[in-house]
Amino acid sequence: GTHGVLHLGRPATEAEVAAWDIDVRPDGLGLPEGRGTVTDGEALYSEQCAACHGDFGEAIGRWPVLAGGQDTLTNDRPVKTIGSYWPYLSTVYDYIRRTMPFGNARSLSDDDVYALTAYVLYLNDVVTDEDFELSRETFLSVDMPNAGGFIDDDRMSEPHYANKADPCMKDCKPGKAEITMHAAVLDVTPEGEDGADGAPS
Amino acid sequence: MTKTSTRRGFMKGGLTAGAALATAGLTAPARAEGDPAITEIQDWNRYSGPGVDASPYGKPSDFEAHVVRRNVAWLTADPVSSVNFTPLHELDGIITPNGLCFERHHAGVAEVDPQKHRLMINGLVDTPLVFTMADLMRFPRENHVYFLECAANSGMEWRGAQLNGCQYTHGMVHCVMYTGVKLKHLLEEAGVKTAGKWVMPEGADASAMTRSIPLEKALDDCLVAFKMNGEALRPEQGYPLRLVVPGWEGNMWVKWLRRLEVGDEPWHAREETSKYTDLLADGKARRFTWVMDVKSVITSPSPQMPITHGKGRTVLTGLAWSGTGRIARVDVSLDGGRNWVTARLDGPSLPKALHRFYHEFDWDGSELFLQSRAIDEAGFVQPTKPELRAVRGANSIYHNNGIQTWHVATDGVVENVEIS
Repeated sequence: GTHGVLHLGRPATEAEVAAWDIDVRPDGLGLPEGRGTVTDGEALYSEQCAACHGDFGEAIGRWPVLAGGQDTLTNDRPVKTIGSYWPYLSTVYDYIRRTMPFGNARSLSDDDVYALTAYVLYLNDVVTDEDFELSRETFLSVDMPNAGGFIDDDRMSEPHYANKADPCMKDCKPGKAEITMHAAVLDVTPEGEDGADGAPS
Repeated sequence: MTKTSTRRGFMKGGLTAGAALATAGLTAPARAEGDPAITEIQDWNRYSGPGVDASPYGKPSDFEAHVVRRNVAWLTADPVSSVNFTPLHELDGIITPNGLCFERHHAGVAEVDPQKHRLMINGLVDTPLVFTMADLMRFPRENHVYFLECAANSGMEWRGAQLNGCQYTHGMVHCVMYTGVKLKHLLEEAGVKTAGKWVMPEGADASAMTRSIPLEKALDDCLVAFKMNGEALRPEQGYPLRLVVPGWEGNMWVKWLRRLEVGDEPWHAREETSKYTDLLADGKARRFTWVMDVKSVITSPSPQMPITHGKGRTVLTGLAWSGTGRIARVDVSLDGGRNWVTARLDGPSLPKALHRFYHEFDWDGSELFLQSRAIDEAGFVQPTKPELRAVRGANSIYHNNGIQTWHVATDGVVENVEIS
């Protein structure tokens, strides 16, 4: 080819790009043609999703909770769901389409994904009408509750980083160290409820 | 049965007997006539061992069978989207052996045929391109040693001491030498349009991992790597191709890399909205917290490496690293941060790589509260956990680089603790 500097690789065909480039952005870029209603989504959800995520998005066992948790983000134990935490609806569509159902990714049609996304919105009370139809045309009309909940990285303004002071070397604290907390779990395993919050998932 | 195989079978039995003897030698009081490990002829001193045809790809000694990755079943719903931990407590130097590098998958290990693997570049480029692995081998290559740390490393410790061992509290990190092609060269081949400001890598596995990376970082030091520590990537590390994003959180180092899209805005994928965003006490969450901050941990003594030799000369060792650059200094405290001494850095000091430190001291047998505190070349000092919690709360999940405390009891047993 004539492209580039080293002339390696070859131009991608339109069909190849279309096959792999399925990502969707918050501004709707990448949304495919298609549509699905809350009612359509409910049937699909029971069949494809409820076994892990629970009938109401409440989750079975350690599988991710999809619904609920509104107004819990300042709680001691926040419940971060699509309704309570996710800033953009595009992420829901994009993620379901590319990775779900877990173990059978890429098996849903674009219409299926619109329907499931609509149903997840319904489970979260973001839409309340069972006849609501989600499509490329209606997509941007949906307001996600926590859209304003994110700030860019400002760690460097934290006091321990901001001052870059040479740290104390001698007699830094009075008195002898006292243990305030022991490792709760010795060599791991148990059913620790606490682990859920810190667990990568 | 041939003579050779008979002897090999015998040798195998001999190995087990040797292990028992070695153990007995450690515990039994010295015999008057001397140590049987010396005075008795050992099997390995008498019989020939396996030949050069016995193991075309070698493995560690059977006596090192305990040095393995371990997982914590209750952390995740399923082992397929889960994590395991590097046995940092058993390792030394700065390079992690390939087979011990921790794993983090979101849909298991993709087993990709390199003949069928393709890398696509599309989006805001002059010419969308497809590369085969053979094409990629024709670009200029570079070698770099970098740490890769999961954003969630130490995440289980935000609320306090929980897991008992640095393998579990700090083992979502590894450090290898990558061989690969600068991402910059690949992007130049496609020609990034002026409007292009972000690059999105995508994986070929069933989780189709995607993240948004600013173009400046992509053009700076990112690599598309096909080798680690000299050999092909391990399947669990992205064979045949992975992205290397030096100093930045491990989630962005997309494995089984199949596509790079250039765009004018970030994508806000699931892995940078729902996950890898850091909830603060006021209910707001930080996003795009990419850099892994200055951090260290004492790997021995540690809960899995108690002091068994009694009082006297003791080697304290550990690892320090920073996503900002090199480590300038590591301080060590034996009394829970009341007093500090500067440890000895040893081995190569490379930017955005693990650094090895040592502090040798005479243990008087009293209880110790061991801490390490790293300082990077930019002057950032590793904070304490209380300092982090004071500004972030306890629900950030990610980016816990707080100072770790190990309590050494008078019997040499070590525990993960928090202290006043």
